Amino acid sequence: MKDEIVLRETWPKTTLRHFTFAALKQRIIGIGQSTLWMLAGFSVLLVWWGLASSVSAGALPGPLATMKVLWQLVSDPFYDNGPNDKGIGIQLFSSIVRVFIGFGLGSLVAIPMGVLIGANEICKKLFYPLVQLLRPVSPLAWFPIGLAVFKHAGEATIFVIFITSLWPTLINTSFGVASVPDDHRNVAKAFGFSKGKYLTKILIPFSLPHILTGLRLSIGVAWLVIVAGEMLSGGIGIGFFVWDSWNALSLERVMSAILLIGIVGLLLDRGFDFIARKFSYT
Amino acid sequence: MKPKPISPIHSTQYLQIKDATISFDTPRGKYTAVKNFNLTIKRGETISIIGHSGCGKSTILNAIGGLVKLTQGEVILGGVTVDAPGPDRGIVFQNYSLLPWLSVYANIYEAVDSVLTGKTKAEKAAIVESFLKKVNLWEHRDKKPAQISGGMKQRVAIARAFAIQPEVLLLDEPFGALDALTKSSLHEELVTLLSLDNQTDTVVIVTHDIEEAIFLSDRIVVMTNGPEATIGEIIDVPIPRPRDKREIIHLREYVEIHDRLLYLLMDAFAVHRKVAA
Repeated sequence: MKDEIVLRETWPKTTLRHFTFAALKQRIIGIGQSTLWMLAGFSVLLVWWGLASSVSAGALPGPLATMKVLWQLVSDPFYDNGPNDKGIGIQLFSSIVRVFIGFGLGSLVAIPMGVLIGANEICKKLFYPLVQLLRPVSPLAWFPIGLAVFKHAGEATIFVIFITSLWPTLINTSFGVASVPDDHRNVAKAFGFSKGKYLTKILIPFSLPHILTGLRLSIGVAWLVIVAGEMLSGGIGIGFFVWDSWNALSLERVMSAILLIGIVGLLLDRGFDFIARKFSYT
Repeated sequence: MKPKPISPIHSTQYLQIKDATISFDTPRGKYTAVKNFNLTIKRGETISIIGHSGCGKSTILNAIGGLVKLTQGEVILGGVTVDAPGPDRGIVFQNYSLLPWLSVYANIYEAVDSVLTGKTKAEKAAIVESFLKKVNLWEHRDKKPAQISGGMKQRVAIARAFAIQPEVLLLDEPFGALDALTKSSLHEELVTLLSLDNQTDTVVIVTHDIEEAIFLSDRIVVMTNGPEATIGEIIDVPIPRPRDKREIIHLREYVEIHDRLLYLLMDAFAVHRKVAA
């Protein structure tokens, strides 16, 4: 009797430990390999960059000079010496805040509009041609309109981000809503789901992955557009920083900013990807 | 819950499909799936509709369910014309049709919640629990449909249809995608559920499985081929209940019905193809 209990207790434990150890080992090897490949890729870039710098006889700053400047920038990111001299952290942060305000407002409009266009044939006929007309327009073309309406460059930039964030979310949402399978619709019909129950138990859950894809695309484009928008608006922000550095003839600072913009963009994308995975039901 | 009292005429002519014609508009013009379909079903009967795929048998079932509109004719249930889904009919779909983001429990609860509006939350929860236990899925209640087998999914769908406490149960090729063993045990589970339930008693099953049709039905409706499919023949199944799968196959009635169905489906209403698909 006693032997049996001991057996039953030890057997799963050892296999479990064995299993996790093997899995962990596999995982570490996997991460190690991909890190090596990534480092190799960066080395190629650095060599190519160094060559380009020496060919241009120093017109393009080399990796080493850039890294020095980048280190200076990130070692004191939040200093504030008046309107035209702020740390890179402040610049990045203000851009991120603008992106999230514009993106947030855009999503608040785009998701309900997308649901309407996807679910209602009349709304689709009414609004879809408008969407198709306005979607290809560079969001920056709206900057003067934003300036005229809001009188301030900062608000105009947020307005540009708002416009930018509309289209991918709207189009993906309406696609998701329009493609609810007949099987699910029949469940709602056969069991007499109310409008509210259909919305919360079928339409939204089914469309959620599509909506999240739209949001992820929107924040990506918004982060692209903010740089150009702030070059126009000036004042503060990473786009302004890039333009200001060019005016100060510091390409090292421009290159540093490019790296930082890339890192923030990557983090935003990973963040939304993570959220999308959380809500995937398959 | 007692079945609502109905007059004798409505008991023998409980569910009537009168002169039903169902056409669809397609890009290539009008397609008439079913034409002049007439069937009267008694309260408490189990009817199978059998035929080749594409013969419009599911279309007829969906018309009874109120999911498909008749082009002509009418469906009368308990003396009232039916043209939309209602709580008096529970449907089990061919491909389970569970909502993948809801748990097994929630899939049934949402249906119960939307049909049995007069009940309290606790009453609804008790109904869901009792039906989940009847199909032996209570311990799997928190799983998502993707985490359970095909047979279990269809048991959830059956429990969902029973749980809204309909008078009529409509099953659209319910076991078509399942292996023979699972199918067999589900047939028996369905019969048990029906015999224990005092609300749901009339059943219409669409199938292409001869053994399934004989085991479950009081009458078998054999469809001709589409387009413009209609009833080819109605066969009585005078095998007494309860039926034992292993015993009934040796009965003379069983063999005769089996042979007749095979003849009808293989010869009389066979699918003639000019070129093999």
